[in-house]
Amino acid sequence: MIRHLLSSSDLTREQATTILDTAEEMARLTEGRSVKKLPTLRGRTVVNLFFEDSTRTRTSFELAAKRLSADVINFSAKGSSVSKGESLKDTALTLAAMGADAVVVRHSASGAPYRLADSGWIDANVLNAGDGTHEHPTQALLDAFTMRHHLGDLDGRHIVIVGDVLHGRVARSNVSLLATLGARVTVVAPPTLLPLGVEHWPCEVSYDLDAALPGASAVMMLRVQQERMNAAFFPSAREYSRRYGLDTQRFGRLSDDAIVLHPGPMNRGMEITAEVADSERSVIVEQVTNGVYVRMAVLYLMLAGAGDGTTGQEGAA
Amino acid sequence: MSRDLSGFRPVLSDDEIARALTRMAHEVVERSKGASDLVVLGIPSRGVPLAQRLARSISSVEDIDVPVGAIDVTMYRDDLRLRPARALEPTDIPTGGVDGKIVVLVDDVLYSGRTIRAALTALDDVGRPQAVRLAVLVDRGHRELPIRADHVGKNLPTSVRESVKVLVEEVDGRDAVLIGAAEDPVAHVDLEDAR
Repeated sequence: MIRHLLSSSDLTREQATTILDTAEEMARLTEGRSVKKLPTLRGRTVVNLFFEDSTRTRTSFELAAKRLSADVINFSAKGSSVSKGESLKDTALTLAAMGADAVVVRHSASGAPYRLADSGWIDANVLNAGDGTHEHPTQALLDAFTMRHHLGDLDGRHIVIVGDVLHGRVARSNVSLLATLGARVTVVAPPTLLPLGVEHWPCEVSYDLDAALPGASAVMMLRVQQERMNAAFFPSAREYSRRYGLDTQRFGRLSDDAIVLHPGPMNRGMEITAEVADSERSVIVEQVTNGVYVRMAVLYLMLAGAGDGTTGQEGAA
Repeated sequence: MSRDLSGFRPVLSDDEIARALTRMAHEVVERSKGASDLVVLGIPSRGVPLAQRLARSISSVEDIDVPVGAIDVTMYRDDLRLRPARALEPTDIPTGGVDGKIVVLVDDVLYSGRTIRAALTALDDVGRPQAVRLAVLVDRGHRELPIRADHVGKNLPTSVRESVKVLVEEVDGRDAVLIGAAEDPVAHVDLEDAR
């Protein structure tokens, strides 16, 4: 159905919906069962190639692949040939020689997964698990899955994304996926944390969180990375928190069925207060569980079918 | 996708399907000496509405509610790698599970037996039933595995060059079993494309 998953903007509405529907079945197939394992990808090899540390994403992909009975190899930059200066190309050739069927890539350089997919170095399916400040499509899919679970169809819903949009790949992936699914998205950030060209994104842009919140069905708070706090993107952590943090007061002004998301890891007290993060309408822990289902769905749709049947919009889909 | 069924001739009418299901319901009850431990599971897509009807019929014979659900076998098929990845159908195991129960698997057509093999493997991951029985509306022969049905609506001798279509009211708008020429010789997988 899909050959590579590099960017959420590559997905059509139909493809995105198929992935989310499949993820729902994955949830139903493994939840509450004594055997949380499906035989579907037996004999397939999934390589987690992480040039950047990310325990949470890597573990989620690993669990997803293992639940589908695939063999998983973790290849992290630290303590591997990569730290000895091996190039992306040589790493890819090594993985190809080992017979990898899918490569899950996390890289600090935007576009690295594209290079891997298009270079011809390796024949495997490539999944982008976060590249630089560019995209993190499975995060967007799991966020959409979580929202859809609570809100139903996202068509016409208003979603507010708040925080570091400049450095955050999560925002970019989410905006394009949510727009594809028909949601109305507002991105809220201080002007210094908005990327160049944000006016061309399929969303509204605002500097004022309080003005954006009324009518929102979901609010996604993005992590403000510690290293940015001293880099003059905003005057002080306290000021950021006061203008762009989700505190109890702002939370109280949301409608009763609105939910709060955060891709993690959270800075409690910075972009989100502990009361809000631990409230009943915070779905942050659920997002982690759903990440496994969504990644299972993507791996299934990419790897389970005929290897060369890549045009596959036919069949039962 | 709807198919051109003009070359197909009817084998069972709606009345005959209803009678076959009623008879099968009685057979299931007789075989299981009651209906207290039964769980009826349909195999998507056409097996699910048939399972619901069978369960309803058993319920009315025995005057107790028979749990009914669906078990998708896509993830367990042995031909996954031969075709592009397929969207999954819903799986719905009734609360109470299958442990210690008598599970009646329901499908529309029994052909190679591979779908049933996949269903048995899928059932392994759900629990450990006391027994598993198989009820099919049509048995068309040509088994490729040592599998047989316990309850059959109609035994239909066919050629591999023929295709058997089961239409059900809930999916297709009418009840019928039709037979016609297969478009491709491995037609047993065609049934799923008919939606």
